Amino acid sequence: MTDVLDPPVQLPPPPPSHEMLEEHGHDEHHGPTGILKWITTTDHKIIGLSYTVTSVIMMIIGGAFAEIIRAQLASPNGTLVSLSQYNELFTMHGSVMIYLFVGPFAFGGLANIMVPIQIGAPDMAYPRLNALSYWLYLTGAITMLSGFFTAGGAANFGWVAYAPLSNSVNTPGSGADLWIGGLLLTGFSAIFTGVNICATVFYLRAPGMTMFRMPIFTWNMLVTGILILLAFPVLTAGLIMLYCDRHFGTHIFSVQGGGVPVLWQHIFWFWGHPEVYILALPFFGMATEIIAVFSRKPVFGYKGMVFATLTIAALSLGVWAHHMFTTGVVLLPFFSIMSLLIAVPTGIKIFNWIGTMWRGEIWFSTAMLMAIGFLITFLIGGLTGIYLASPPLDFFTHDTYFVVAHFHSVVMALLMAAMGGLYYWGPKITGYLLNERIGKMQFWFLFIGTQIFTFPLYVLGLEGMPRRVAIYPHDPQWKTLNDWSTFGAILIGISTILFVVNVAVSWKKYPSGDNPWDAQTLEWFTTSPPPHHNFYRLPQIRSERPTWDHNHPEHRSLTHGKHPELTEDGLEKVHSS
Amino acid sequence: MQTPALPPQGATVRARRWRHLRRAVALPLAALALSGCTIPSFYASEGATSSSKSVYHLWQWFSIGAVIIGGFVCILVAYAVLRYRRKGDHIPRQSQYQLPLELAYTIVPILIVFGLFAATLVVENKETANPATKVTINVNAFQWGWKFTYPGTNAFVYGQTTQNPEMIMPAGENVHFNLTSSDVIHGFYVHDFNFSRYALPGVRNEFTILAQNEGTYFGQCTQLCGLYHSLMYFRVKVVSQSQYAAWIASFNNPADEAAAKAAAKTTYQQTSSVVPTHGSTTKFGR
Ligand code: HEM
Ligand SMILES: [Cu+2]
Ligand SMILES: [Cu+2]
Repeated sequence: MTDVLDPPVQLPPPPPSHEMLEEHGHDEHHGPTGILKWITTTDHKIIGLSYTVTSVIMMIIGGAFAEIIRAQLASPNGTLVSLSQYNELFTMHGSVMIYLFVGPFAFGGLANIMVPIQIGAPDMAYPRLNALSYWLYLTGAITMLSGFFTAGGAANFGWVAYAPLSNSVNTPGSGADLWIGGLLLTGFSAIFTGVNICATVFYLRAPGMTMFRMPIFTWNMLVTGILILLAFPVLTAGLIMLYCDRHFGTHIFSVQGGGVPVLWQHIFWFWGHPEVYILALPFFGMATEIIAVFSRKPVFGYKGMVFATLTIAALSLGVWAHHMFTTGVVLLPFFSIMSLLIAVPTGIKIFNWIGTMWRGEIWFSTAMLMAIGFLITFLIGGLTGIYLASPPLDFFTHDTYFVVAHFHSVVMALLMAAMGGLYYWGPKITGYLLNERIGKMQFWFLFIGTQIFTFPLYVLGLEGMPRRVAIYPHDPQWKTLNDWSTFGAILIGISTILFVVNVAVSWKKYPSGDNPWDAQTLEWFTTSPPPHHNFYRLPQIRSERPTWDHNHPEHRSLTHGKHPELTEDGLEKVHSS
Repeated sequence: MQTPALPPQGATVRARRWRHLRRAVALPLAALALSGCTIPSFYASEGATSSSKSVYHLWQWFSIGAVIIGGFVCILVAYAVLRYRRKGDHIPRQSQYQLPLELAYTIVPILIVFGLFAATLVVENKETANPATKVTINVNAFQWGWKFTYPGTNAFVYGQTTQNPEMIMPAGENVHFNLTSSDVIHGFYVHDFNFSRYALPGVRNEFTILAQNEGTYFGQCTQLCGLYHSLMYFRVKVVSQSQYAAWIASFNNPADEAAAKAAAKTTYQQTSSVVPTHGSTTKFGR
């Protein structure tokens, strides 16, 4: 084990062995095995793992589309793909990444596995609904991607499907219908997962696990769940309207029948902006946990962090029209100030992350490197987002590569946090560590590649290169910057390959023990992998770090910067007043 | 595999840390010194209209803010990362709250945000103002081209994709634009105006532009509008007011006018039947 980990510290003794093990895992031994077990399971850990694996495969598919896009743009008159194939590629790249990778990875994958364990619950509140979510997601993903095998090709109206381009006159192919159908299915899977997460957090917390003792990741997932419940039904309704317009002769979004095309944008972004935070909050949570654990400190400003998350969620419901500044039909100042204000809670989070590292003992494991990479890359994406919240600057950069660069800084940051989450929680899920040396190589390829990939795109946008163009013959000088960007994309591609290699190389090789990182939250108290219903026994839960308190009883959080008063037997003195 | 490498201790660490720090500070300072006293452009440009210049200055101020805030945060992160790397099995102080500090980094950003918002409002109000104008141009976007008509005159310009239809407008005068679309949503974007606006079906989008510098500027559709979106170009030629008047007058020959209209009509019909619809796999440039 020591040959993969290089902690310059002594690991703490593992949590006490599980002698008091009650006979519990009966259905584990008598239930079906193999593929039948996988299909019939309602265990949140297996469902979560299926989600994780499926969504990582989606990331690889979406990444492959991205590499083709970049290869096409390597010359001003690229002929690698046709104009219509190019439209399909970026549409499906965006759709796969947003709908089938980031979201499902976060709330179907890691959250599904971790939230119940973090709060000491035996499973999700509705295990069968959870299984249904996964199968809906898988079906939706296959449905959406099968568009490529239809005569007209896959959907090609961008991942936002603006009406009236997405109506049956302008996009008659069945690829578009499969896109709508696939998105409806994954949308329902998200809604059911949202229900499940909220119910689990509200009803299945272990004794002692009060709301303000929940780990930040669980907090963020709760808020994500609430946002899902508020936002996704709107998308579902919109998609049904779009489908009716396409096939049942309604005219909700078409001018000819008295409809309003911009209505689609309102509906789409009323879901779409909260969606941005539905995607981001889980990864904020992962990064928070990782930074605290590898700095050996509690999360700095825990309550401020929760407050910031709630503020972000509340504001995110009132900013959708910042995607519509250039439509000329929205109230600019209102949406501008609301969008600018989101920078405040986001800034609080960034400073809290730094505060957590401050005066810590930082261990640069792969997970921690990924979290720091997330922090820096997200900072860049956040700062460039502030420009876009200012309507005059948005008029100037909207629909150019500046926007593509901005949101790739953000999503690549999320990708880093996702990788950090896999390196951090992988051992908990599987019982085995990933190779740290390959992991660090992966990090540097990903981090440097991301900056080389996005920086030229910012400049290209400012020089006027529009997004979603397959060729740029009138301005061939843009080739140099595009080539740099493509080079960065190749580095990112290599990092993804390194990840796959790492999984293959480390397969069942480096047993991790229950708590390899000296981590703090409840999931690290149980075995790795956890038993069927997660816990044989629970520690006392007296803070948001029960495992840490158990392992380091003399190093509890100094909540207000002071050492707690201790009684003779070393316990914190309780003031009853 | 690899042996656990203990980080170097004591003097070497300090020396290396100092070198890191020096480099981190020296670079931005050097950049600042090189740029002299003029505010750097941050890759944007001044543009050719009165509001493009205000937008450019707004851009610069936002960028200065972003560089200062981003630099500050990066320095904090770099300091934390270099200073607090784990050296032994030591458990640091478990401090968790620091209320005055937390309040500070809540309140200061709020103030900054309102500053940015105030600056935004000034430029935005200028850019979206609708002063009285003498010249009006109707811009109509369609799959895949542009039509510019000049109400009250016979002048018009029409062209598809790479034909680069050239819109003529006078310099030094407020010009009112009515922007419409006949099919899907398009984006009217002129880089040197630092400005874009959607052309929406069923909506007339109005704005005013005061071009200050004569010249020819490149424009392109920025909102995905189907197969030939990549090629939906146009040009804007800003000419002096007398040249503009002469150009308008050149359309007053009725014979020319009819011929031009007929030509436009046929090109439109021809191409709209020839242009393949979606789902085709026509290769461009082959
Ligand atoms: C290997 C890393 C990636 C590369 C090289 C890449 C490349 C690109 C490029 C070049 C475009 C612009 C296409 C165009 O406008 O013509 C694009 C669009 C997009 N990308 Fe990525 N991308 C990557 C990762 C991601 C990730 C991780 C996400 C989301 C989680 C993502 C989401 C999107 C979205 C939503 C669009 C917009 C699609 C549209 O315009 O409809 N990308 N990507
Ligand atoms: Cu948004
Ligand atoms: Cu277009």
